[in-house]
Order: sequence, then C-alpha cells, then structure tokens
Amino acid sequence: MTDPIIKFDKVVKRFDTLTVIDELDFEVGQGEKVTIIGPSGSGKSTVLRILMTLEPIQEGVVYVDGDMLWHEKANGGVKPAGEAHLRRMREKMGMVFQQFNLFPHMTVRRNLTEAPVKVLGMSKAEARERAEELLDMVGLADQADKFPHQLSGGQQQRVGIARALAMRPKIMLFDEPTSALDPELVGEVLSVIRRLAEEHDLTMLLVTHEMQFARQVSDRVCFFDRGKIKEQGTPEEIFGNPKEERTRAFLKAVLEGE
Amino acid sequence: MALAWGTCDGHTLMHWTEYFGPLMQGAWVTIELTVYSTILGAILSFAAGIGKTSHNPVLKGISVVYIEVFRGTSLLVQLFWLYFALPLIGDAVGIDLRLPPVVAGVLALSLNIGAYGAEVVRGAIQAVSKDQYEAAKACNFTPRQTLFSVVLPQAIPEMMPPFGNLAIQNLKDTALVSLISLGDLAFRAEQLRNFTQDSTTIYTMVLFMYFGMALVLTAIMKLLERNVGRWRAVRR
Repeated sequence: MTDPIIKFDKVVKRFDTLTVIDELDFEVGQGEKVTIIGPSGSGKSTVLRILMTLEPIQEGVVYVDGDMLWHEKANGGVKPAGEAHLRRMREKMGMVFQQFNLFPHMTVRRNLTEAPVKVLGMSKAEARERAEELLDMVGLADQADKFPHQLSGGQQQRVGIARALAMRPKIMLFDEPTSALDPELVGEVLSVIRRLAEEHDLTMLLVTHEMQFARQVSDRVCFFDRGKIKEQGTPEEIFGNPKEERTRAFLKAVLEGE
Repeated sequence: MALAWGTCDGHTLMHWTEYFGPLMQGAWVTIELTVYSTILGAILSFAAGIGKTSHNPVLKGISVVYIEVFRGTSLLVQLFWLYFALPLIGDAVGIDLRLPPVVAGVLALSLNIGAYGAEVVRGAIQAVSKDQYEAAKACNFTPRQTLFSVVLPQAIPEMMPPFGNLAIQNLKDTALVSLISLGDLAFRAEQLRNFTQDSTTIYTMVLFMYFGMALVLTAIMKLLERNVGRWRAVRR
C-alpha cells in the first residue's frame, strides 16, 4: 500500500468523561473502500465526524492526504489547526448524512450549485452543468427544480450524495446513509453508492448496518467496539470467518434480524 | 393650524368632522415615525441579534450591553434622555448634541424596538438545527457564507410573526413622542381636546385611527411573511 490517505495515530475523543474513541490507530489507502460496522455507541460515526471536522479530538494526530487535520505546523512546533487550515482540509472530503441534511430553502439544483459557486468560485453556468451531470448520475435529472421536502427520503439522500460530489472531494464519508430510510427506499440509495464505488477511484469510508451491502462494496471491513477496531479484514474474513468472539456475537445478532 | 371654531360655555367648539384635518396631520407623523423607526429598528435587530451569536467577544459584548440596557429601561426615559439630557452632556463637553424632536423620537423608538427585535433574531438563528450547520461545514462554507446562505434564509421566516408584534407595539409606542412636542396623532388629539374638551369623540376617533393603522401594518407583515417563506408555504 502506498501512503495512506487517512491515518489515525493514537486518537482519543472524549465527551466529558465518556471516551468514544480510545487510542485509535486506523489507516485507509488511496481509493480504498472501507466499511465500518459495530454496535451503536462504538464510535463508528464519530470517526467520520472527526474527519469532517465536526468533532475535535483530544489526543493523537489525524492525517488526511499527508497533512495533519486537527493540527498545523507553526515555527518548528505544532499548534491546533485554525479555521483557514480546517477549510483547506475540508476541501478534500465530502459527507453524506444519516438525516440527509439538505438545505430545505433551496431547490435541488441550488443545493448542488451553492457551495461550488460560493466556495470553489465556480461560474454559475459551470456549476449548473455539473449539477445536471450529477443529478443524471443519481437518476434525478428531472427533479432539479423541486424542493427537498417534495422528494422521497431515497431521492433526498441521492441528492445528498450528489451535493457532496459536487465539491469534487477525494474522500467520501457516508454516515449511515440508509438508516433513516423506509426499507423499500434503501435499495436505490445503495445502488448509487455501489456504482460510485465501482466506477470511481474515490476513497470511500462507510458506516452502515447493511451487512450484505458492506460485503459487496468494501475492500476492507472494520469492526468497531468501544472506540477501537476490534477486528478488521476482507469482507470474506470478517463475515465468513470472524476470529473475535465479540465480532461473532455482533454479526449473529445483526444477521438474525435481517 | 387654521381652524374654524365658535365659543360656548367658555369652551372652543368644533364640529366633529373638523377634527379630521388635524388628526390626519398627526396620523401622518405617526406613520412616518413608525416607518422610520421600524426600518431602523429592524437593522439594529439584525446587527445586535447576529452580534450576540458571534464568537467575537467584542461584538458579542457590545450587542449584549445594548440589548440589556434598552430592554431594561423605559422607552419614556430613553426618549427624555436623548432629547433633554444628551444636549446637556453635549454642552459640558462642548459638542452640540441637540437633536430635533423627530430625530430623538425615531432614535429612541428604533433603539428600543431594536433591542427586543435582536432577541427575536438571535432566537430564530439559534433555532436553526445543528444538522444545517454541520451540512454547511461539510460543504466548506465560511461562517459568513453559512450565516447568509444557510442560516438566515431559514431563520427569517421564523422571525416574521414576532416581528409583526413588535411593529405594532412600535406603532403604539410612537404616542410617547408627543411628550417631546412632536405633532403626532396623540399630540394632535391632546391639542384638540384642550380646545374643545370633547374627550369622548376625539379619543374614540383616535382609537379607531390607531386600530386602522395597526390593521394595515398587520396586513403588510402577513404579505412579507408569505413572501420570505415561500419554500415553506409549499410544504403546507
């Protein structure tokens, strides 16, 4: 593996006295598709939220694309990252939220063009053209003028994916993208993500409860428990022959439910 | 004021229809005061309301002090202070701080309504969900872009009903400026009453005139409300 594009080095994240991420070491390679599974409260979403700079860390260092994420170099030493540094780092990542988090006061098209125009300085025409392409890719070319609340959950989440892609990230973070969806709408979202995984060399980090899907799209599956990676390996290893007792128990409980 | 009157029992007499002239003059002043101070008050509301949510301690401090001072003191005292006390302070330091009554009136009204409005603005901004701030961050908006592209467009529709209340409150508060000899509706009514002693008719007319203006104001606010929240109206 070449230099990892994401690297957690002994990272600790606490909420008051509760340790959610416990001296985590974790690496993701360029273009790798990694799925994070685990029980609720195991810190899996927190990993994504730390990367998107939504949650600061208390100890350790996170590297993204060769640079420190939460720190920056300052005359020989290292200091906590300022807003300018954080904004430079955020450029590399896009995030898809469990609750979609679309901007409700903007049309679908504006959801996709607002940030590219304002943040990336793209021309309006270019941003619109790019929005059309992305909407076409997620199968919503005819919905551009609607508002988010006029769409189904599955459609909203596909807009969410397109919105994140509109910023041309190197890394896509998916935080339980189908957990808020009605069962019959899960498929359309997963197939968009699957196509994205197959056709692009994006680095993808997914937190999901869809085990079947995790098995199909991931290069590697990480099982999180109590803020640490308890076990990781290829989907075949994790789902076919899990070594840890904890992993076996979790998979048994989840798969029985399916 | 050119009025036609006769005398009876030592009181000046006018036919009630003759009250309309001076009362309308006064109503016009009231409307002007309301419009100017509501607009200036809205600007102050946004400045202080946004300032109070700022992470900059200086901006935040100024906003908090402004809001607390003007909410915590009476409008009448603020008005008297600007009109009577400020010029004396000006005298003492050698600057002419005498304000024309209109300026003092508009200033006192706007500063007062702005302090209340600021709390409305702050509340609406803080009511925008955390999810929206996180989405804005994930889209890499600057804090300023987040405020103007994401937060305010969602917060402003929420501000409209309480703003409507404040505007009407403001309309009624304008009556206080008659105490610094501004010829508004309340002032004209008082003048007429001194002439005629016809309190019942005059105050009833004034009551209806304030009420009519309040109705118009309510209609304007409704219209504004519908306009700024068009994306929400679709949902219903």
